[in-house]
Amino acid sequence: MAVSITVNGVRRTLDVDADRSLLDVLRNELDLRASHFGCGVGQCGACMVLLDGHAVPSCDTPLWSADGKDVRTAEGLGTRAAPHALQLAFIEEQAAQCGYCTSGMLISAAALLRRDADPDEAAIRAGMARNLCRCGTHPRVMRAIVRVAARSRP
Amino acid sequence: MSTDVGLAVLPASLQANPRLSTWLRLTRDGHAWVSSGKVELGQGILGALSQIVAEELGIRVERVRMTGAVTGASPDEAVTSGSLSVQHSGAALRHVCAQARALHLARAAALHAVDAQDVAALEVVDGEIRLGDRRLSSYWDLAEDEAGSGAGTGLLDVDAVPGVATRPAAAYTVVGRAQPRADIADKVFGEFVFIHDLVLPRMAHGRVVRPPSPDAVLEACDEDAARALDGVLAVLRDGSQLGVVAETETLAERAAAKLAASCAWIERESLPDADALRPWLRSLPSTALELRQGEPAPGAVRTLRASYDKPFIRHAAIGPSCALARSEGEALEVWTHSQAIYNLRRDLGLAFGLPAERIRVRHVQGAGCYGHNGADDVAYDAAWLARACPGRAVRVQWSRADELCWSPVGPAMAIDLEADVDAAGRVLAWRHSAWSPGHGLRPGRGATPTLLGSWYLAEPFERIAAVDAPRAAGGGGDRNAEPLYAFASHEVVCRRVSDVPMRTSALRSLGAFANVFAIESFMDELALAADEDPLAYRLAQLDDPRGRAVLRAVAAMSGWTPRARPAGDGIGRGLGFARYKGTGAWCAVVAEARVEERVRVLRLHIAVDVGLAVNPDGVRQQIEGGALQATSWTLFEEAHFDRTRMLDTDWDAYPILRFTDAPRIDVELVPGGMASLGAGEASLGPTAAAIANAVHDALGVRVRALPLRPERIVQAMDA
Repeated sequence: MAVSITVNGVRRTLDVDADRSLLDVLRNELDLRASHFGCGVGQCGACMVLLDGHAVPSCDTPLWSADGKDVRTAEGLGTRAAPHALQLAFIEEQAAQCGYCTSGMLISAAALLRRDADPDEAAIRAGMARNLCRCGTHPRVMRAIVRVAARSRP
Repeated sequence: MSTDVGLAVLPASLQANPRLSTWLRLTRDGHAWVSSGKVELGQGILGALSQIVAEELGIRVERVRMTGAVTGASPDEAVTSGSLSVQHSGAALRHVCAQARALHLARAAALHAVDAQDVAALEVVDGEIRLGDRRLSSYWDLAEDEAGSGAGTGLLDVDAVPGVATRPAAAYTVVGRAQPRADIADKVFGEFVFIHDLVLPRMAHGRVVRPPSPDAVLEACDEDAARALDGVLAVLRDGSQLGVVAETETLAERAAAKLAASCAWIERESLPDADALRPWLRSLPSTALELRQGEPAPGAVRTLRASYDKPFIRHAAIGPSCALARSEGEALEVWTHSQAIYNLRRDLGLAFGLPAERIRVRHVQGAGCYGHNGADDVAYDAAWLARACPGRAVRVQWSRADELCWSPVGPAMAIDLEADVDAAGRVLAWRHSAWSPGHGLRPGRGATPTLLGSWYLAEPFERIAAVDAPRAAGGGGDRNAEPLYAFASHEVVCRRVSDVPMRTSALRSLGAFANVFAIESFMDELALAADEDPLAYRLAQLDDPRGRAVLRAVAAMSGWTPRARPAGDGIGRGLGFARYKGTGAWCAVVAEARVEERVRVLRLHIAVDVGLAVNPDGVRQQIEGGALQATSWTLFEEAHFDRTRMLDTDWDAYPILRFTDAPRIDVELVPGGMASLGAGEASLGPTAAAIANAVHDALGVRVRALPLRPERIVQAMDA
């Protein structure tokens, strides 16, 4: 069965085993490698993508379940020429060390801000709770999100 | 321009790799290509080194290109560890660039017939060599000499000589300024290529089926069933080392799962009782390291004692270990996120019976690395599988369960402290006894490989016990065991225990984490017994001026209020302090914690003196990261196992700090000296102690075993 998904604005029809994980297909079929494998069971957030605007771990999302949906990865958030506000804020705060978890962090933060443009600290912590970071960049990531939220205020 | 008188002796890294062109190449397109033997682990070291290069050469930092480390071309600087990269590689590069600058100035002077008295007035402005307003030449122009001329004729094809003058620190314009890391933008835009993202021509995917327990032996398995799957290229078995190679990652995963399901293993109870690590550690054979200083002063009125414990702690990298390898004839090429490419090459040579010159090991950045993780082991797995698929690049990525259960583990430690105190409660004699497995199992140091898979072959290599580096090289279990305080005498006995069934090795700060946790917890206990404020009690017994300065700084920034008795109202503040290794950075931490159903660390204030911070924001990142990781270790982390198996198969089994528990953090850099000291490991021990002391302040009870789990706190309250 062919599966159709829109990835970063481009419609793709994929004639591959639909039981494969979305992460595997993004990385190995579509060459989109910003989303990373961390655990394979949705516990760490390194593979987060936006699925119809909601942050989901792509490692335990089978391809078939994304059929007809809109997928956005970190590559599709923004570009150097037209960066997403969160990308700029992460750079301004230097909110990464190894950076392996960064793409997933950006996706979760984007989903959070989509739900709540000006989240308080508790909401930021809750919104980012599914993303693990081993380097200890949490305070900088939170500051980066606060920066973007503050810009949204009238 | 004024300069500092150069070193009479070359930095150690440069003595071992004296040829300047090994470290630096200047090219006509206006770039300085730099090769360091230290590797990027996510700590931002390459950025800090590029600042040193830019400073010393007199160029903009954007012109510096740090090249990936590869055996045969890069300088051999052994291991990227111990918070020593700025000291080691930084010192070498500073010298290389100073000498390179001098050589280019001399060449320009000769070419342009500059009068001898004017040579001292030559300047470099972003690579251009100037005499007053007159542009004579540039590094990039002079690089013509080297272009196409082959090795051995360029200006930099000479050896380093001692005595080269370097720029005085007071004149620095690049070093000491916060510099955004270039790699962070690459990572934020999803453009950065981690080793996990590397795609090589004709790449195949491998997986290793690990045993269910450390001492399991493979009795039988159905290799043919896996081999029969479409797209499977090879199924390999050698003793209890078992693996597959397939055309795609999905197929490799499926074939490995099928293979695993067909295995019959013989398992054996070889692990200790996880709930009784202290008596087990103390029962093991051991080698003692004894350090004594001074004589106990008279006047002791009583002796206080306490025992502290730290469990085994997982490396728990966020990305699983990954490697690629390609074998062609007798040549083996390996892509790895190892901390030590030359050491890995040596062990791969031992494991496969290959001479070093046939093996090329390239460093590619992996996920954050905080000590000896599975990088070397997965490189062995990839090479082992690649040798069965000549000409194919084989990529191996560990599972989450393998990453947690099979990466080397940070050693458990048991520590007993005793102090004889005078009538005022001040220490007259201090005694420290510690029991710990070794903290060093890195490859490249022994007669046989330490690589995991090589221990499970039909004819296995010996399972080597971890050792500790000598004191002068930083030690292991003894790291930070000697108190920094001005006690009249101290007696330190660190026992490295053997016959440990776990593969223990280096984890960020090694023994310092447990030793500082114990020492600084005990200092609070002694202060309480002396009815004295913990800060005042420390300052009264600390002569070290830079130590006193960071303690005073953290007290000021945190608004420390003297307290002789615990607040006991559920919110507490605690102090922790150490000078890392006794020779590194000074760090003091004040933690604020709220204890309800569990411990929440609300805030960390940290004052640190790293001497000259090459990149102050990079230092902050490292101090913050170390403190957050220590918060995770202190609150949550301990390796779980039964008598046979490791049980940490996912992040539910082995929880680490999440956003919901991350404290706010403030870091202040305290100026102290012009020599740069590493920042990566200084904050861990002091943070653990500060949190434990904050819990005591909050509740009035002392928890002496990590992690500070709720049931431990309840036990302490009931006691």
